[in-house]
Amino acid sequence: MSILVIAEHDNAELKGATLNTIAAAKAIGGDIDVLVAGNNCAAVGEAAAKVEGVAKVLVADNAAYEHQLAENVAKLVADLGKNYSHVLAPATTTGKNMLPRAAALLDVQPISDIIAVESADTFKRPIYAGNVIATVQSSDAIKVASVRATAFDPVSAEGGSASVESVDIVDDAAVSKFVGEELAESDRPELTAARVVISGGRGMQNGDNFELLYKVADKLGAAVGASRAAVDAGFVPNDMQVGQTGKIVAPDLYIAVGISGAIQHLAGMKDSKVIVAINKDEEAPIFSVADYGLVADLFDAVPELETKL
Amino acid sequence: MKVLVAVKRVVDYNVKVRPKADGSDVDTANVKMSINPFCEIAVEEAVRLKEKGVVSEIVAVSMGPKQCQEQIRTALALGADRGIQVETDAELQPLAVAKCLKALVEKEEPQLVILGKQSIDGDNNQTGQMLAALTGMGQGTFASEVNVEEGAVKVTREIDGGLQTVELTLPAVVTTDLRLNEPRYASLPNIMKAKKKPLDVTNPEELGVDIAPRTKTLKVEPPAERQAGIKVADVAELVEKLKSEAKVI
Ligand SMILES: Cc1cc2nc3c(=O)[nH]c(=O)nc-3n(C[C@H](O)[C@H](O)[C@H](O)COP(=O)(O)OP(=O)(O)OC[C@H]3O[C@@H](n4cnc5c(N)ncnc54)[C@H](O)[C@@H]3O)c2cc1C
Ligand SMILES: Cc1cc2nc3c(=O)[nH]c(=O)nc-3n(C[C@H](O)[C@H](O)[C@H](O)COP(=O)(O)OP(=O)(O)OC[C@H]3O[C@@H](n4cnc5c(N)ncnc54)[C@H](O)[C@@H]3O)c2cc1C
Repeated sequence: MSILVIAEHDNAELKGATLNTIAAAKAIGGDIDVLVAGNNCAAVGEAAAKVEGVAKVLVADNAAYEHQLAENVAKLVADLGKNYSHVLAPATTTGKNMLPRAAALLDVQPISDIIAVESADTFKRPIYAGNVIATVQSSDAIKVASVRATAFDPVSAEGGSASVESVDIVDDAAVSKFVGEELAESDRPELTAARVVISGGRGMQNGDNFELLYKVADKLGAAVGASRAAVDAGFVPNDMQVGQTGKIVAPDLYIAVGISGAIQHLAGMKDSKVIVAINKDEEAPIFSVADYGLVADLFDAVPELETKL
Repeated sequence: MKVLVAVKRVVDYNVKVRPKADGSDVDTANVKMSINPFCEIAVEEAVRLKEKGVVSEIVAVSMGPKQCQEQIRTALALGADRGIQVETDAELQPLAVAKCLKALVEKEEPQLVILGKQSIDGDNNQTGQMLAALTGMGQGTFASEVNVEEGAVKVTREIDGGLQTVELTLPAVVTTDLRLNEPRYASLPNIMKAKKKPLDVTNPEELGVDIAPRTKTLKVEPPAERQAGIKVADVAELVEKLKSEAKVI
């Protein structure tokens, strides 16, 4: 078996989700190649070559791939993927955008968001907002799957010595153009990689009050997340949403503040190791998944928490 | 221009589904079914484009058993002009749905196809991307803003790092995220009017599409249950427990 893993990166750095995806590839077994498609992305190729367990790194360095436009990258992935038994990508927004397109070009039904490898053709994945886990077997010749990073412990970023090859296939579908982006700037750890996450919900009342959470976060080295209600209300930007349709997190410690615990929110955080809930309503469903529940007004409890840490 | 909107019939988002006792399937007997929330947002976006004068006709499509006509009627009540049902009782996987949609795109020649980014039952997040691949169209997935311009559409997308804007040549595929718009409620007169709007029925064979499933669900099971923990009396006890019992801070 031979597995092609699509690297997640920003042309400068290899992103952590790639290491979890390589871990899933190891669980399948076989030779693991990594594709780095980008522009001026040689440094990423070098980083990928050092990752434990990688046989070969393919670097497709071209302006057409600079912004990970799915129309271009999917074509490349389909061209290269033909020679593999498996094609895997992290289930990030980049992976979710590109991979189904590549699969369709290969006439394959992809498997989204796998959380376990049962065998080379059988995988587990959550459906219905994580209320049900399905075991799914693929009969396609090539298995194409996106990998939920939190379900696989990352392989080591060091210790490998893969060869690096450049790929000169240039696929430019010429139907899409990058116009611009607004990326959140933050000194705090990234939500999906943080060891501690503290999230606020509608109970926070406004964006300014999130300052209370930022203070606690800075003491704990935590990332800050939010419920959909808090994002919809404009308290914080969309990239902070945790849940079925936002980000999936599984930190060592998750602190939910002023969040009721709707199933769509739980879908994004219930695999956290330890869950703390602070809510003034003792009936709030979040308490049914919390290891430690504190029934209190958050405007008293959170500042006190900050001083006691 | 014409817009095609795909609407899916799913278990209502308020229902907490469970696997059947034998683990063969999800128990959906007697549960409330609704239009997938992301598809509702897709219909709303099409209707707003029509209200702005950008769009002249909205065609709502659903694939599945007879009952999915209910969701097409909902779309018609929200403002779609006519419906197409691709009738089948067989299991439909996203690749098959995308192939049926492609056949309809070739027939209807819409300038824009709007779908939900994911359906809340299968949670696949695939169909729009696959349709775009099969038709060679550009794709604006996870859209939070859509602006149609001369021969192109600008789509702002919700991505992990924030927001990204792309420009796609028309015809193009757009999939909706939650913050694209807030769907309206259908008024009673519009629900009545929707009953008289045209709804054509076709099927995968007529469209020449092989819908044979490529994956098989071997088993469904509940996720590992989390045990509810304890209530702490105050912040001091919380900090103490996190330090000495859970050892996470
Ligand atoms: C298709 C779909 C997808 C969705 N996807 C997501 C998703 O990805 N992520 C997500 O989070 N949601 C998602 N939702 C929304 C979800 O259903 C809930 O509406 C949302 O999670 C509620 O957010 P909340 O808990 O902040 O707000 P609420 O449910 O309003 O809860 C606020 C809580 O704050 C508490 N509170 C208020 N004031 C205080 C105070 N002073 N001190 C202490 N506690 C206080 C209240 O007791 C209450 O429990 C989705 C919904 C749909 C339909
Ligand atoms: C055990 C099990 C058994 C199942 N059995 C069946 C079955 O018998 N029959 C069955 O139909 N499904 C069945 N399903 C569900 C099925 O696997 C997926 O829901 C289906 O493949 C579509 O995936 P999706 O909706 O998640 O795609 P997504 O890619 O998440 O859907 C995105 C968008 O595509 C459009 N779309 C998707 N499907 C349709 C549609 N049918 N009509 C119109 N637009 C659509 C919508 O705009 C939707 O928002 C079963 C699932 C499981 C786990």
